[in-house]
Amino acid sequence: MPGIRNMTLNFGPQHPAAHGVLRLVLEMDGEFIQRADPHIGLLHRATEKLAESKPYNQSIGYMDRLDYVSMMCNEHAYVLAIERLLEIEPPLRARYIRVLFDEVTRILNHLMWLGAHGLDIGAMSMFLYCFREREDLMDCYEAVSGTRMHATYYRPGGVYRDLPGEMPRYTPSKWHDAAEVKSLNRAREGSLLDFIEDFTGRFPGCVDDYETLLTENRIWKQRTVGIGVVSPERALQLGFSGPMLRGSGVAWDLRRKQSYEVYDELDFQVPVGVNGDCYDRYLVRIEELRESTRIIRQCVQWLRAHPGPVMLEDAKLAPPKREEMKLDMESLIHHFKLFSEGYCVPEGEVYAAVEHPKGEFGIYLVSDGSNKPYRVKIRAAGFAHLAALDEMVRGHMLADVVAVIGTQDIVFGEVDR
Amino acid sequence: MADRPGAASSVQAVVELLRTLTERLAAWVLPEELALQGALFLQTLFFIACILLPLLFCVAYLTYAERKIIGSIQCRVGPNRVGPGGLLQPIADTIKLLCKEVILPRGASRQLFLMAPVLALAPSLAAWAVLPFDTDLVLANTNAGLLYVLALASLGVYGIIIAGWASNSQYAFLGAMRSAAQIVAYELAMGFALVGVVMAAGSLNLGVLTEMQKGGFWNWFMWPLFPLFVVYFISGVAETNRAPFDVAEGESEIVAGFHVEYSGVGFSLFFLAEYANMILISMLASLLFLGGWDAPLPFLPSGIFWLLLKTSLFLFVFLWLRATVPRFRYDQIMRLGWKVFLPLTLGWLLVTAVLVRVQLPPWFN
Repeated sequence: MPGIRNMTLNFGPQHPAAHGVLRLVLEMDGEFIQRADPHIGLLHRATEKLAESKPYNQSIGYMDRLDYVSMMCNEHAYVLAIERLLEIEPPLRARYIRVLFDEVTRILNHLMWLGAHGLDIGAMSMFLYCFREREDLMDCYEAVSGTRMHATYYRPGGVYRDLPGEMPRYTPSKWHDAAEVKSLNRAREGSLLDFIEDFTGRFPGCVDDYETLLTENRIWKQRTVGIGVVSPERALQLGFSGPMLRGSGVAWDLRRKQSYEVYDELDFQVPVGVNGDCYDRYLVRIEELRESTRIIRQCVQWLRAHPGPVMLEDAKLAPPKREEMKLDMESLIHHFKLFSEGYCVPEGEVYAAVEHPKGEFGIYLVSDGSNKPYRVKIRAAGFAHLAALDEMVRGHMLADVVAVIGTQDIVFGEVDR
Repeated sequence: MADRPGAASSVQAVVELLRTLTERLAAWVLPEELALQGALFLQTLFFIACILLPLLFCVAYLTYAERKIIGSIQCRVGPNRVGPGGLLQPIADTIKLLCKEVILPRGASRQLFLMAPVLALAPSLAAWAVLPFDTDLVLANTNAGLLYVLALASLGVYGIIIAGWASNSQYAFLGAMRSAAQIVAYELAMGFALVGVVMAAGSLNLGVLTEMQKGGFWNWFMWPLFPLFVVYFISGVAETNRAPFDVAEGESEIVAGFHVEYSGVGFSLFFLAEYANMILISMLASLLFLGGWDAPLPFLPSGIFWLLLKTSLFLFVFLWLRATVPRFRYDQIMRLGWKVFLPLTLGWLLVTAVLVRVQLPPWFN
């Protein structure tokens, strides 16, 4: 007679809660997880290798596609690394714009996380509420860079262009009559900054709404309190960063500890959890939504008062103006050189990390003095988090695996690179 | 019946007409000694059709209502492409499901796999036989009506367990296990909640139970039996495998659970069973606790209209719950069933016993 064996369950890669292409091989004793073995690599696109074969600027777009829910933050780390090797510093206005959009991106990411996490645990409506607000921020992306997702907006030496003076508006159509369009355009009459400021005005109310549905909800608490507990010591050993680390009670935030751009001039708090369970991480991220809104508001105020250049006046780094190219031979050559050969970066190596919405996102860049990186290593926060999945779910039930995957905020573009 | 001669007489006229028609038909087709049974058979068949066809219609449009209501809760529009306002969507869905291929997974137990959806659907339709829709408007006026409903309601889970077992899929198997665990958790509490009603009314006949609550909303059993009412409805949500107790199909955990391997007709039968059960539970709740067809105020005319309204109210709560609350973990459901609902119902049974004993007006005098 055969003995009792554990059941092996193949969870994903095609699974509604697999957050993309996670394949988990679960060894289960009934509903209890004995071992969880995450298989990765299904979204591997060789980003690091691709970057070695292209001039520096042409890889910015690849960074967007790593963690495809927090696009500009990925760009930020890459651009920061190049700038440190080049030993340049972008104009102050560009740095404020970067911080503004880093925080917009953080809200984008956390909204995506909240919606997906809610959906995983069964709070279906959260997903749609979060996506409603995401839509406005996507419009900001579009207004500033021309695309909703893969912006390629940050450049070494600044940002691609200044914030637009007016927001794109809806026009009446078969589906939306004039009155509807008027209400849709309510916040869009002014500039992008007006639109963002309006958003920061109403967004805290939206967060309150999310919290009404979840924070004190008994079922939500039953499903998240005490699930996937990680002690602060263990979190550090496992290489956690971002909300995963702060949820365990370690007050570590690169924006404070290794301040970059203008974060040291801004007023914001770093929320920290106590118990290191899914619920605390949830609270930390919710609080970060509020703090990001505060930072955005400060940036908007500063940007209103301080117009100026958003890109270095360096012909080797920034493309020349279009009209100059028509008349000026020098500009034409610069343009041609920049977009074909790019620029050479001094020999050396550098590590630049930013406080990405998911944790520490770092770029380790080695230059051999040519126009292409010798080596790019991407430090993705999600990779370390996913590696701890086994430890976090062991002994829990199948339904908790879903909650833990949700709380880790895994995005496979970043894990697989 | 005395207060509503119009409604009763019109129903009676239809019944009389049907009787004459079927008797003539039977006498014409069948030999004389079988004619009487034949006529009875035809009459019953007609009544079954009278219940089932509107029921299936309601199931179809409940799916539409669900999508529209949840849609509006979630700031969406819901289906609006097929027909005006999407009204033909359920028809399109039915046609689509019927045209789909029935896939038999490799290694599945063929007979059981095909039998399971039928086993799930049959009890949820059969239970309707004893449900009264108005005074004396009932297919089978049995004295053990409530017992019959309770028995059939628990039978439905066999369809789920067999489906999960026969599919030869781990996800389906987990769904079946969860379903089995779930039923022992809430069925007891649900049974005891109904015992309270039986004690209060002193009858198992659904028609009698409902008639006892006649004469305005303060006479309804939901007031003296409020905890039992709540327990009953929540257990009903659990029994129909609806959110937040939808662990047997737990979309984000075990994909679709017990019916993950079903397609086409098999899947639509499970779907039908789930929605027919929802309507059944809602109607039972309105019959047992909300006075059924009794008007909330005595001067308003009573009738089937009120029953349908109360049922829709419960159905709305079903949908509302689905859009609002997260899903329980299945051990948490068991904890809720055993540690909260069971003591609560048992305790309230004692209270009910006392209330009945002292003949507390206006319910128990």
